Amino acid sequence: MPDLPPPPDAALIRARGLTKRFGSFTAVDAIDFDVAHGESFGFLGPNGAGKTSTMRMIGAVSPRSDGELSVLGLDPELAGPSIRARLGVAPQQDTLDTELTVRENLVIYGRYFGLSRAECGRRADALLEFAQLTERAGDPVEPLSGGMKRRLTIARALINEPDLLLLDEPTTGLDPQARHLLWDRLYRLKQRGVTLVLTTHYMDEAEQLCDRLVVMDKARIVAEGSPRELIERYSTREVAELRFPAGIQDSLDGQLDGLAERVELLPDRVLLYADDGEAAAVAVHQRGLRPETVLVRRSSLEDVFLRLTGRSLIE
Amino acid sequence: MTASSLPLTGLFRLGSRRARFLVERNIYVYRRTWIVLFSGFFEPLFYLGSIGFGLGALVGTVSGPGGQPISYQLFVAPALLASAAMNGAIAEGTFNFFFKLRYNKTFDAILSTPLSPGDVAVGELVWALIRGGIYAVAFIVVMAILGLVVSPWVILAVPAALLIGFAFGGVAMAATSFMRTWQDFDLIQLVILPLFLFSGTFYPLDAYPEALRVVVQLTPLYQGVDLLRSLVVGHLDGSLLVHVVYLAAMGVGGLLVVSRRLDKLLLK
Amino acid sequence: MTVMSRVVELRAMQYRRTFRASLFSSFLNPVLFLLAMGVGLGTYVDRSGSATQALGGLSYLQFLAPGLLAATAMQAAAFESTFPIMAGLTWQKVFHAMYATPIGPRDIVLGNLAWIALRLTMIAAIFTIVMTLFGAAASPLILLAIPAAVLTGMAFATPIAAFSATQRTPEKFNAVFRFGITPLFLFSGTFFPISNLPAAIQPIAWFSPLWHGVELSRALALGTIGANPLLAIVHVVVLAAIAIGGAAWAFRTVERRLVRG
Repeated sequence: MPDLPPPPDAALIRARGLTKRFGSFTAVDAIDFDVAHGESFGFLGPNGAGKTSTMRMIGAVSPRSDGELSVLGLDPELAGPSIRARLGVAPQQDTLDTELTVRENLVIYGRYFGLSRAECGRRADALLEFAQLTERAGDPVEPLSGGMKRRLTIARALINEPDLLLLDEPTTGLDPQARHLLWDRLYRLKQRGVTLVLTTHYMDEAEQLCDRLVVMDKARIVAEGSPRELIERYSTREVAELRFPAGIQDSLDGQLDGLAERVELLPDRVLLYADDGEAAAVAVHQRGLRPETVLVRRSSLEDVFLRLTGRSLIE
Repeated sequence: MTASSLPLTGLFRLGSRRARFLVERNIYVYRRTWIVLFSGFFEPLFYLGSIGFGLGALVGTVSGPGGQPISYQLFVAPALLASAAMNGAIAEGTFNFFFKLRYNKTFDAILSTPLSPGDVAVGELVWALIRGGIYAVAFIVVMAILGLVVSPWVILAVPAALLIGFAFGGVAMAATSFMRTWQDFDLIQLVILPLFLFSGTFYPLDAYPEALRVVVQLTPLYQGVDLLRSLVVGHLDGSLLVHVVYLAAMGVGGLLVVSRRLDKLLLK
Repeated sequence: MTVMSRVVELRAMQYRRTFRASLFSSFLNPVLFLLAMGVGLGTYVDRSGSATQALGGLSYLQFLAPGLLAATAMQAAAFESTFPIMAGLTWQKVFHAMYATPIGPRDIVLGNLAWIALRLTMIAAIFTIVMTLFGAAASPLILLAIPAAVLTGMAFATPIAAFSATQRTPEKFNAVFRFGITPLFLFSGTFFPISNLPAAIQPIAWFSPLWHGVELSRALALGTIGANPLLAIVHVVVLAAIAIGGAAWAFRTVERRLVRG
């Protein structure tokens, strides 16, 4: 009974009032969300927002404290092993087996899912290719670079050809090159129809990878939608970032009023939210104010987050 | 639905057939570091050569199970086998288990697969027993070559050695699940060496005053030593059943504790 | 010399953190062996007729104790010259940090060896007191068994430290202990006279540095050194030669590691 697949258009994950408490601390506070089949879904939020706790509950390795949760149509508390058999999990910190080689990490992990040795070998070779690690197949794990370890972790999560891939902070700590390589690999998975659920505190990552996302802050969901929808709803088309000489910014009070839809004073810079950022910057000059630098850019999820919480994503 | 209902759902069930994949993992690891496995077999042999034969020549005969005089080599060999079974299981259940639990995060990764904490506990213990079983068989073969096999009951020494491994392995893993740093392992050393030296391993219990004798008889290694020694010389009586029950209870108790602790540590 | 003392200071600081572990291995360990083997098993040895002759009329406890003294020094030295050296060169790289200051490779080696010698002196002194309390001391010359045990330990510490400096993982240490230290501990005349070994194997025991250490400590503890002073000199020369040769080797391997990084 628990092994019946869900109907095609049903939500792969459905959470209602999902809550996780550790003692008196509430890590996840009654959140609701749905993830559809084939979708790429993100949890965006700063460290400590409750993203990882949510992921662990979805991954059927952390019992929920309250609320409802169904993953692949099953209850994680009743059908943990059956759910985990169809999940791929790449945790925040690499949990690669340092006592095994690169290839053995894939083969043995496949064995945990009950795959035959021959099948594990076949899939391991294909995944090494996918993760661009074929040359390192026989090497120990420890000397690999951070990016390689991350790719191996994700390759390992794919060994059971999961219906649902959970990625917790997939590119945190990687250099820009390694990130782009990883994004490329994840994009290919998405094209193949794998449902992705990921957490991130990088807005660019969320914009690149997520069809739809929820913004989390302090254990709660504060907004939900596609990256474009969120930007349209909570921000303007463009932002002008102004930096003033030391001391000047504090005396700006009120002088920028009316120049943009919204003005945000940050400790190191001033943000003017406007559909035409260039025009707003010109208007500043016309008032006789002389910023040291002016940068006009498109609005991003960072601006959405700032608007919703009054804080930056990365502090 | 609360957290407390989780253990009832099968996650707590003590292991499944999937536990065997953990054994397979360890075989992979030891294929490269077989020297470690191999070297474990020599330690009891060195002791048998040195204490059993070298020093034993100065001792002559001592009283064995049931009071009949036996050669010192025959007296000490089964005790060394029992100690080796204990040491092997403790090495796996402490250092190696701690490394996988706290450092390598092996078990965290495994729990993202269909395996449960119970599978992990059983798989690790089964591996420790396989390792101990290989040592036991090899040691008994060496005993046979050295002319120390005098009773057909010696054949039961292999399962008996496995039982000793099961008892100490289970308890060692349970203790390890409470440890936080490598320094805590000093405490384990503090238990093992006195057990090794004073459990009737190297000389009969009549060397002790009466009161101390009772204390020694209550220790777990004494149970194993007396069990193996009785089987090796073929002196069987009801007291052996007590040893078997004692050791089995230790192992089962340890396994129950470690499985519960893994639930708590890994399924947060 | 003052530079070197800074290395000793570092090791002493590290030692304070692992005090409990080394207290156990260097003190409790030999005392428990002395109790179990010397006192417990000793009663059975002393009871048997064949032992009296083989041990030259000594009680087994008297025979065993000085042997254990030398063997304990060996074990402590082996431990101190494996993992801490690896920690300094590979894990925490403290020696590399020192090398970036006026402290040179030789200072680092000598500082470590001085520290090990200091530790061995402490261990040997405590064990000698225990021996005396057990009634295993037969001569005031036992005081000289302390430097004899330290010398024995150094004959192991220097070559093992040199070897440790060539290793980047501790895997081979296991083999050093299992196939080196443990057999030496058991077959170098510590627990029984090597005349009890099969005749074919006996000459091999002469190559064991521990055998020289055990014989020397025993002759001093029992006050029988005068019976064969030439042999005692041979023991000292052999041990000193190994210790010095090992130190020279350690200078090279440590320097090579520090230069290569």
